[in-house]
Amino acid sequence: MLQHPLVRPLGALVALLLVDAFLVPGFFHLEVKEGHLYGAIIDILNRAAPLMLAALGMTLVIATRGIDISVGAVVALSGTVSAMLIGGDTPSTSMAVALAASLGVALLCGLWNGVLVAGIKLQPIVATLILMVAGRGLAQLLTDGQIVTVYYQPFFFLGGGYLAGLPFSLFVVTAVFAATLLLVKKTALGLFIQAVGINPVAARLAGLCTATLITFVYVFCSACAGLAGMLITSNIKSADANNAGLLLELDAILAVTLGGTSLAGGKFSLVGSMIGALIIQTLTYTIYSLGVPPEVNMVVKSIVVFVVCISQSSEFKNILRRSA
Amino acid sequence: MSAVATGTRGVTSAPWFTSLVTVVLLVAMLGIGGSVYPGFLSLQVIFNLLIDNAFLLVIAVGMGFVILSGGIDLSVGSVLALSTMISAWLLQHAHWPPAAVILLVLLLGACFGGAMGTIIHLFKLQPFIVTLAGMFLARGLCYLISVESITIDDPVFTAMSQTQVPILGGFLSPGAIIALVVLLVAIWLAHFTAFGRAVYAVGGNEQSAAMMGLNVGRTKVLVYALSGFCASLGGVLFAFYMLSGYGLHGQGTELDAIAAVVIGGTLLTGGYGYIAGALSGVLVLGAIQTLIAFDGTLSSWWTKIVIGALLFVFCVVQRVMGGRSKQ
Repeated sequence: MLQHPLVRPLGALVALLLVDAFLVPGFFHLEVKEGHLYGAIIDILNRAAPLMLAALGMTLVIATRGIDISVGAVVALSGTVSAMLIGGDTPSTSMAVALAASLGVALLCGLWNGVLVAGIKLQPIVATLILMVAGRGLAQLLTDGQIVTVYYQPFFFLGGGYLAGLPFSLFVVTAVFAATLLLVKKTALGLFIQAVGINPVAARLAGLCTATLITFVYVFCSACAGLAGMLITSNIKSADANNAGLLLELDAILAVTLGGTSLAGGKFSLVGSMIGALIIQTLTYTIYSLGVPPEVNMVVKSIVVFVVCISQSSEFKNILRRSA
Repeated sequence: MSAVATGTRGVTSAPWFTSLVTVVLLVAMLGIGGSVYPGFLSLQVIFNLLIDNAFLLVIAVGMGFVILSGGIDLSVGSVLALSTMISAWLLQHAHWPPAAVILLVLLLGACFGGAMGTIIHLFKLQPFIVTLAGMFLARGLCYLISVESITIDDPVFTAMSQTQVPILGGFLSPGAIIALVVLLVAIWLAHFTAFGRAVYAVGGNEQSAAMMGLNVGRTKVLVYALSGFCASLGGVLFAFYMLSGYGLHGQGTELDAIAAVVIGGTLLTGGYGYIAGALSGVLVLGAIQTLIAFDGTLSSWWTKIVIGALLFVFCVVQRVMGGRSKQ
């Protein structure tokens, strides 16, 4: 029971929530205002939505032994495209077209990454470094370095609206999560991804189309990042090519690692990554609400990463076993 | 296969080939700049490339060692910021003598890197994730010292930022000269010492290196300590240059350094390349910025796009030409 890989991340999340329950008055209090559910928990879930999306995509990439550090740039690009196409009170293009276009841009980014990794066989970190550097530049080029503000009301529903009393962004995350889970559990895709992650050469020799699989995970990761970009843009009602999604890739990698997925590829847990993203967001919330200066946030986050990584390493377990 | 084709293959897969491409590219960029913009090809413009990018050169040298050993160090940008912050605070608020400040900062940087290296080696963790945590830690520590920028008015630091050392009709800053000295020492370290050979061996194949009896752990810890030292020295040079300490200094520098190392011809898989490539890589990055500044009509974000395009070209060239033997 204690050996289950999700025990550690869940334990960390529960511990954090317990700390909050004791230290933050009314932490678990939920109330209904104007038909919407309000409360700290809802707030955390809502704010974690973009990170959860990014972490979902990153999980599959990491499962194939890859890494995608262009997530933040893709967020900036897709956010910029949707904001620019929608624009003022009366959108220049219909919202559906704008959303499709920004998702399309994200898919193209993913295809670019995938072709570099699977086709030209560049190291994933270098391949995605290219888009990480150039993507933000492209977004800035599109907007002339300005922040693009959106005034079109219906667009705000995406990141700030409520459906059945819950934030709409949660439904987006749930839908993507459910679809991904179905895809990897109910089809052979999950097994294929694991096979590529454990041994790409053996997987290819066994008849798997590794190049297509690898391209797919990068496209999927970028699509998730693109969705996250739209949520963020809709939530803050503007797109800032300089800062949107800055360091999001690192938080996503962090969430995946905290969730128990090994960076060495092979084994992965989508549920774990979701929990990891929630840990990061709860940690941020806790730090803010405890009145600790926000500057401490990064120090605490880094110490948590060190502790979690070291405690998950097999070497550490060996040392424990020897001393016990 | 004809003799000519074999010869071409021999040249393109030679270790120095991608480095040569970089140098040719650099010369071409300077040449184009000189023919299009009057005054571009003066000696001082080239010296200014060095002056403006001295800190990046030092950091890229450290990063070069890490990448040669098969690792990566994402913390260098924040260690740079932390160094400027500690220096500024000690000088302005604790009134320490500048020499003591610099020594302490360099020591702290080396220890920080060494600690990360120890964790990487001891717990067999991915360098990527450990240095990522180190990046958050160093950046966070900056804000613990102060969220505001601290101006440095120490006479020694001011003198270092304003002194012009005349050389060959132009001038260099003391920071640029320190950076060049660091580069020379690093080249000696990489190519003429046992440590350098161990770094190449570990980067080439860690298991073989261990079987050959090399102390892999010590090499790894030293490599990260060296990178931390270079990052903090970069921070000191940056403090000379900016005369301030600030938590946002050097954001994204780790990526610039990685880009410089890659453009300089070092393979990110490790064990292959030259430390001297860091100089050409940094100069290429600087030349792009100078070209765009001279043009005046191009926006600064073109820099990023061009750097991205260059990275792409170099990686593909490495992959198709040089890196055949490495899978």
